[in-house]
Amino acid sequence: MNLHIRDGLLVDPVAKTTTVADVFIENDRVTAIGKAPKDFTADRTIDARGCWVMPGLVDIQARLRDPGQPEKGNIASETSAAIQNGITSMCLPPDTQPVIDNSATVELIHHRNATFGHSARVYPIGALTRDLGGDQLSNMASLKANGCVAFSNATRPLLNNLVQRRAMDYAAGENMLVIIQPIDVDLQGNGCAHEGAIATRLGLPAIPEAAETAALAKDIELVAQTGARTHFGQLSCARSVDMIRRAKAKGLPISTDCAMHQLFLTDHDIGSFDTSKLTLPPLRSQTDKEALREGIADGTIDCLCSDHQPHETDAKLRPFPSAEPGISAFDTFLSLALRLVEEKLLTLPEIIACLTVNPAQILGLPAGKLETGELADIIIVDPDAHQICRSKDFISQGKNTAFEGWDFNGKVLTTIVAGKIAYQR
Amino acid sequence: MPDKNLQLDGNGKLLHFLSIEGLNQPILTEILDTAESFTSITERNVKKVPILRGKTVANLFFEPSTRTRSTFELAAQRLSADILNLNVNTSATTKGESLLDTLRNLEAMQIDMFVIRHQDSGSAHFFAQHVSPGVSVLNAGDGQHEHPTQAMLDMFTIRHFKKDFSQLRVAIVGDILHSRVARSQIHALNLLNTAEVRVIAPRTLLPVETEALGVSIYNNLEDGLKDVDVIIMLRLQKERMRGALLPSEKEYFRLYGLSQERLKCAKPDAIVMHPGPANRGVEIESSVMDGSQSVILNQVSFGISVRMAIMSMIVGQSGLRGDES
Repeated sequence: MNLHIRDGLLVDPVAKTTTVADVFIENDRVTAIGKAPKDFTADRTIDARGCWVMPGLVDIQARLRDPGQPEKGNIASETSAAIQNGITSMCLPPDTQPVIDNSATVELIHHRNATFGHSARVYPIGALTRDLGGDQLSNMASLKANGCVAFSNATRPLLNNLVQRRAMDYAAGENMLVIIQPIDVDLQGNGCAHEGAIATRLGLPAIPEAAETAALAKDIELVAQTGARTHFGQLSCARSVDMIRRAKAKGLPISTDCAMHQLFLTDHDIGSFDTSKLTLPPLRSQTDKEALREGIADGTIDCLCSDHQPHETDAKLRPFPSAEPGISAFDTFLSLALRLVEEKLLTLPEIIACLTVNPAQILGLPAGKLETGELADIIIVDPDAHQICRSKDFISQGKNTAFEGWDFNGKVLTTIVAGKIAYQR
Repeated sequence: MPDKNLQLDGNGKLLHFLSIEGLNQPILTEILDTAESFTSITERNVKKVPILRGKTVANLFFEPSTRTRSTFELAAQRLSADILNLNVNTSATTKGESLLDTLRNLEAMQIDMFVIRHQDSGSAHFFAQHVSPGVSVLNAGDGQHEHPTQAMLDMFTIRHFKKDFSQLRVAIVGDILHSRVARSQIHALNLLNTAEVRVIAPRTLLPVETEALGVSIYNNLEDGLKDVDVIIMLRLQKERMRGALLPSEKEYFRLYGLSQERLKCAKPDAIVMHPGPANRGVEIESSVMDGSQSVILNQVSFGISVRMAIMSMIVGQSGLRGDES
């Protein structure tokens, strides 16, 4: 099938430019931009006048809750939400039930996506240790052979530094990417809110910044020692941004992301125990939020992830400390990114790079570019479509948004995956 | 904060009693005045008034309590309410029924007023958000957040002995970090225009940015007690030693225990308070607890009238389910 996308404003996250041009797609690839290839006849032409044409979004961390937590979401519901919101590739942390520490689970996920999914590319992240237990390394090479794109212990950091060092050494030797969410479990304790005036006033068990930074400092040292390519996920603190900036300046093989919501919300938004604002790491201070934004602006933070965590209603219908952390984020991911452009943090192609080519390059995924010869994972966005965020309209099974009632501009009109229209509004 | 005024109706009257924060000086004063009028009732032969006749009050305690629960029970009885006492086994509820289901089930029994104590901060707000209109929630302690009725009986005690808050220096001593009582007291003292509120605690038992609550901070007991009119000692729980927050009870007493000797740093007529239950020899010396400046037992008896006052104000103003007399 040949597709012709006419007159759209092409957003190129590599060249960081926007140009009005046509895109020509043959089979699964972009075969020309600008002028049609010789003998091209379109099976279908999409008029994209006034719209933005950009690579499909790549989400470096999203939980689809499959296998294991059907009450929260499944591959069908969540890939449908992803595709309708422009996310064409996503990485799944290994803390599914069962854990992604064996090839059978990887195959199960691929099989379910092929059977019930909505054309999204789903990339499992393998467990660094068996059952995320922190004792024994998982069979990383066979997991990699089966399609795991990186290795992580998700939110269960390795408690034994020797095991962590060996895991990173092993990964470095096999040229695997390690993903770490820096957490010191003792400092985090049973905390549920940023250690600051708000937690003090509300009497909420607090999470100090050192719960992230102390772990990050140790992790960076182990990167220096092992040379393992390491991606730090879901950073939340100003001091973490500083540490990453210095580590990168030393030339360590480090990349980072932070969750989109951290650029918009702070602990003040908890208000009177609003469980929709309960996240881990917690929403931090205004200073932290601004430092994360600076980190995005100067490239210290390479990408933005959705940190999508759909929940059933009951998970949030509890007193704050007993509610489950996380935000259902697919349905607001692109809208929030576009808001960063409106707020002039970065230009449109620069922000889109944080959601496309940057994560794709870190993970080595065939995605994130809008260039001749690349896979045709493309989205068409109407920048003027105005909408008010209403969780009841979410495609995701999880209605747990932190952005209810927010005004957003921009809406995905068409999502193309491998040259096929996967969604059209 | 959409539900900041959850506890007040459109006319500023009490619907629930969840936290001192969010209330105002006139309401606190009204509570104290109303409590004053009830003290005479508790002293007479027949200690009952019919304000809550026909109403059902459920005491819902997810944490153990003797004093608070029994004074709530007595307060409700003296207002002629029917009482349902429920000591909920926490482990059973975490495994089975959700808190919301517990609430719904009790509502089905036509409860008019819930008195709730729960280990989660914000649980009383949570209850108030989900009860049917006309049903009231009283916070008897939510996690480390607030314990507003305790704070009001403390304010009553202070006013009883010291009259004018604007002339007073008050020191709160001890485990501020884990104390819902301290948070409520600080808000109440500030709303009542207390001249100075001090907190005295070791760094490990002091949450960050406590000064944002409107207090001055002291890490030294002698300095902090200088010239104060009211000393409020907080209970030190034994489990704090296990979390490496403190080396030992002995060392705590050495630094922060209130002895006769240290009491001399305060004004000669200073009163000593404690929300109970006290650990003699840990945060307070026995002779101080039983001494002439101690008003600890007065606090307990005032607790009944203060809780009666709050319950009756809620009934009077919110129009509980049923007859609106």
